[in-house]
Amino acid sequence: MSEEQKPPTTPTPPPPAPAPTSLPVQPTMTRRKFLSWFALGWIAFSAAMAGFLTSIVRFLFPNVLFEPPMTFKAGLPSEYQVGKVDERFKIKYGVWIVRSADGIFALSTVCTHLGCTPNWLDAEKKFKCPCHGSGFRMSGINFEGPAPRPLERFKIELADDGQVLIDKSKSFHQEKGEWSDPLSILKV
Amino acid sequence: MDAFKQFVNNISSPQVLVTLAIIFFFVYLKFVRFFTRTPVFLAMLGLFLAFCGVSLTDEHFRSVVTMPDNVPIVGMIFLIIFFTWLSLRKAVDNDIRMERGEPTFEASESKDKLYTWPHLVYIELLCMIIATIVLVVWAIYLKAPLEAPANPTVSPNPSKAPWYFLGLQEMLVYFDPWIAGVLLPSMIIIGLMAIPYIDRNPKGSGYFSFKERKWIITGFLFGFLILWIFLIILGTFLRGPNWNFFGPYEFWDVHKVVPLVNVNLSELIWVKWLGAGLPKFFLQREIFGLVMLALYFGVMPLVLAKTVFRKLYMEMGMIRYSLFIIFLLVLIALPVKMYLRWMFNLKYIVAVPEYFFNI
Repeated sequence: MSEEQKPPTTPTPPPPAPAPTSLPVQPTMTRRKFLSWFALGWIAFSAAMAGFLTSIVRFLFPNVLFEPPMTFKAGLPSEYQVGKVDERFKIKYGVWIVRSADGIFALSTVCTHLGCTPNWLDAEKKFKCPCHGSGFRMSGINFEGPAPRPLERFKIELADDGQVLIDKSKSFHQEKGEWSDPLSILKV
Repeated sequence: MDAFKQFVNNISSPQVLVTLAIIFFFVYLKFVRFFTRTPVFLAMLGLFLAFCGVSLTDEHFRSVVTMPDNVPIVGMIFLIIFFTWLSLRKAVDNDIRMERGEPTFEASESKDKLYTWPHLVYIELLCMIIATIVLVVWAIYLKAPLEAPANPTVSPNPSKAPWYFLGLQEMLVYFDPWIAGVLLPSMIIIGLMAIPYIDRNPKGSGYFSFKERKWIITGFLFGFLILWIFLIILGTFLRGPNWNFFGPYEFWDVHKVVPLVNVNLSELIWVKWLGAGLPKFFLQREIFGLVMLALYFGVMPLVLAKTVFRKLYMEMGMIRYSLFIIFLLVLIALPVKMYLRWMFNLKYIVAVPEYFFNI
């Protein structure tokens, strides 16, 4: 403070021709002030990024989902003939419904090798994948080509009105021994 | 003519064609001085062109070869033939010069340096214009094969990857998707990047030579021509509906039945040879496959370092040798696995579907 009071009493001539690049620094920005602006800047930046990320994450959950429901009814058990693969629900739900001598089960239409959709070849009685040649028997067991495990089965049971009810949110893996689960096959 | 077509169709299976290609590859490099002579090259090219010309009279061959998807691969075949011949021809020329004690062609040509501008840039400009014209004309006359909007529940039959990935798709027939789709492509890229660190031999730098770099050129060309280009050609022209293998003159029948029943090594040993059931615990079940893998990747490098690669191991040292041998063994593992599939119907050496681990 004493130094600031000094100039008015003893005026000294200004330094000769100060270079424009080396203007005397005004002590307007102290360390404390700088740090608080610095913190404010980071808070604002983080908030902006958080809002940005939130809107991106929000974008992953559409307002309207044009997907068929995970659970659907597939008619009466008597509609299915033994030894036939029903392809009515393949396009919409991605499910084959197979009636074997044991009962009715719902097979996923996703190849367990790399996720293509196999075709049911009725003459050869097998599902054959067009991408790498994996083949599955009517039961869903893999027997040819590179597929490492059988097709997955979905939960199947009888609804109150006697129709077959299939729930795709629960799948049964044969390699984990889940096909012995009573919900993986509908005994008729 | 029909007898010839029948014969070609009958021998057209992946095992026969890959075996023939490997034999041809090694015979060609063994007698590279004979095969790269210009008259011999022109005679072989003429034979190949005559084969293609005669084959084009067959409607099945024509329909596959002239498919808009497949036209680039036809062009690629001729480019590969030409450039492989050209480089080997220059290498053989230099080998002969060096045997006579003369300088290489590249050394005798000129010691002067040229400026990039205008000498190189002019050529690049010309190439750019010609390539653009060719692409525009091509795009006008051969329509891109657009199909119906994508539907996840409908896979086209056959479903083919872009042409440059058909080698990978062929590998996927023999391997788990994690291995053929992720591990092997990564190892190809890393392996190519590692070449200058593994191979520090200054010979052949700035000039063509086959004799001085016999093994490295053979190894590289085997990986490139047989395991990449040849698999692309097989996947493009000979893989049809249901990813079955079809002869070049064969109708692509969706209902062709090919017995492709595959078994895992564990089933082969436990069930077929020992007559016992499969053990419940996966480590016990897959013990034979795991031992085989340990022998292949663990013991084999040590044995090779003591025998065949003794000198190489001394030169390279521990780390570089390990890298080199791992990449080499993985490269060889691909044809080995393919032959195991063809001979024993072997699906996976180690199969643990419980944990998505199949080799």
